[in-house]
Amino acid sequence: MGYLDGFRVTLREMFRPRVTWQYPEVKRPKPERLHGRHVLNRYEDGMEKCIGCELCAGVCPARCIYVRGADNPPDAPVSPGERYGFVYEINYLRCIHCDLCVEACPTEAITEGKLFEFSFTNRDDAIYTKDELLVDDDGMPRKLPWEDWRPGEETHTSAWVRATSPSGSAQYEGFAAWSPELGFGLRPGEPAQAEADEQEGG
Amino acid sequence: MGDPLFSKGVGPTVVLIVLIKTLVVFVFLLVGVLFTIWMLRKVMADMQDRIGPNRAGPYGLLQSVADGIKLFFKEDLLPETADRRVFRLAPYLAAVPAFLTFAVVPIGGTVKLFGHRTILQLADPPVGILLVLALSSIAVYGVMLAGWASGSKYPLLGGVRVTAQMLSYEAAMGLATAAVVLSAGSLSTRVIVTEQANWRWNLWQLGIIPFAVFLLAAAAEMRHRPFDLVEADQELVAGFMTEYSSVRFALFYLAEFMGTITMSAVMITLFLGGPLGPDIGFLGGRVSPLWFFVKLVGFLFLFMWIRTTVPRFRYDQLMDLGWKRMIPLSLAWLLLIAAMRLGVDEGWNRFEVVAIAVAAGTVAAGALAAAMRVSAARREEQELEATV
Repeated sequence: MGYLDGFRVTLREMFRPRVTWQYPEVKRPKPERLHGRHVLNRYEDGMEKCIGCELCAGVCPARCIYVRGADNPPDAPVSPGERYGFVYEINYLRCIHCDLCVEACPTEAITEGKLFEFSFTNRDDAIYTKDELLVDDDGMPRKLPWEDWRPGEETHTSAWVRATSPSGSAQYEGFAAWSPELGFGLRPGEPAQAEADEQEGG
Repeated sequence: MGDPLFSKGVGPTVVLIVLIKTLVVFVFLLVGVLFTIWMLRKVMADMQDRIGPNRAGPYGLLQSVADGIKLFFKEDLLPETADRRVFRLAPYLAAVPAFLTFAVVPIGGTVKLFGHRTILQLADPPVGILLVLALSSIAVYGVMLAGWASGSKYPLLGGVRVTAQMLSYEAAMGLATAAVVLSAGSLSTRVIVTEQANWRWNLWQLGIIPFAVFLLAAAAEMRHRPFDLVEADQELVAGFMTEYSSVRFALFYLAEFMGTITMSAVMITLFLGGPLGPDIGFLGGRVSPLWFFVKLVGFLFLFMWIRTTVPRFRYDQLMDLGWKRMIPLSLAWLLLIAAMRLGVDEGWNRFEVVAIAVAAGTVAAGALAAAMRVSAARREEQELEATV
């Protein structure tokens, strides 16, 4: 038909089912390793993992992290090491969720949860302080009023760091190279690729 | 002929009826524009595997209303370099003719209102079709002056393009209309419709050619894809509308979609028998607004389908199609129809007329093609010399 072929195509497309998700009403399941809002983790005994080394701040391409370290008070130490994160702030107007901070962190203190639906309405709210980022006494992230947490999401705060810790080497697949967390203990790694494929297929 | 409303003189009731009809047409067009914009967005979305507006109101039906309200509350900018008076006048020159054209379109038969019989048509002037052509020419002024008065280069380029395009396609449109007028023997839209009774629609009575030419020319007049190089986004931002905002922008938008509706209505009148249709009892008689609206929605869909499917023409392609294809074709077809008509009157042999016409047409087409080939070769030669 030459010139008129296009008309058949457009007409056919009218009757094809849509793939659009009606977002606010229907929410699509998030990927396992999604990069979302950060959390600052603690060890099982309640000690903070952050040692105030500022590596996260140094590696951050968006320069959204501000850290100041301080010596641990000898009578009431905050972290198991010599120093601890005295100030810890993330500016979410700048953060691009690249997870380089998570990679840089030597103690897995900072990880990213899967929360991305948080819409603050002023600049002060955009800057998350240590109080807001640090997990509570049960090891769960603190939920702020403008954050839209989906059920069960608070338990998925460190999937990405565990998934990428073997550094691509199959030899270390499923091998726990990370430290235990408050409220969760030593978390299992992601299943090996073959198992994951099987789960997805089944 | 004419409206039976005025046969018994003009009294207060008659004036009231005319006012009511005017108001109804006005409201119908405004609501129609809102509906058309919504339909366009939905149809386009469907064809592009999207969903389209679905937030404001059921199925997004109130989206255009929301957009309209938004536009009316926006800041009205007036460029410093603009020709102030013309800049302000242009949107009305574009919008008013679009309204007026609909006045001569018959949308139904005769009804009884307050004891007066009247036709479902705002006005039935004896020069109806001429009025349509004249008004569509005035609408060109609106767009052209908008481009010129903006005092900015993109609108100016858009305005220049629109002038050239409209002039080229108006000629083809006029010739296609002439074929209809020739067969109806009248310029009155109402007579043109009644002449098409009993399924003698001009669509097939005149052969498909005048209809096809008119359809393309109308698409060009409406400045829709594939003829939208007047406001080609990638080249001219928004063409003549670039410097317009707020209410004036809304007026241009209104004019564009109203133009779609009125052009479809004119085409229905000329070629598809207007409000004529099959008699299916209480739903619609032989002459019923129902058939008019069914055809109108069909035409709107057709235009949206074309708009979504065909990519934009290049400028030379546009001019070639207009001047070298559509005008000669509609001219030849008009002559053929005239010859056939004369043949019927004079009692000539129908087949002889067609055979002679085909022979003459072939010779003319060959001569035209040869002339174009020669001129193209000469132009190339000149360009070659210019570059050396």
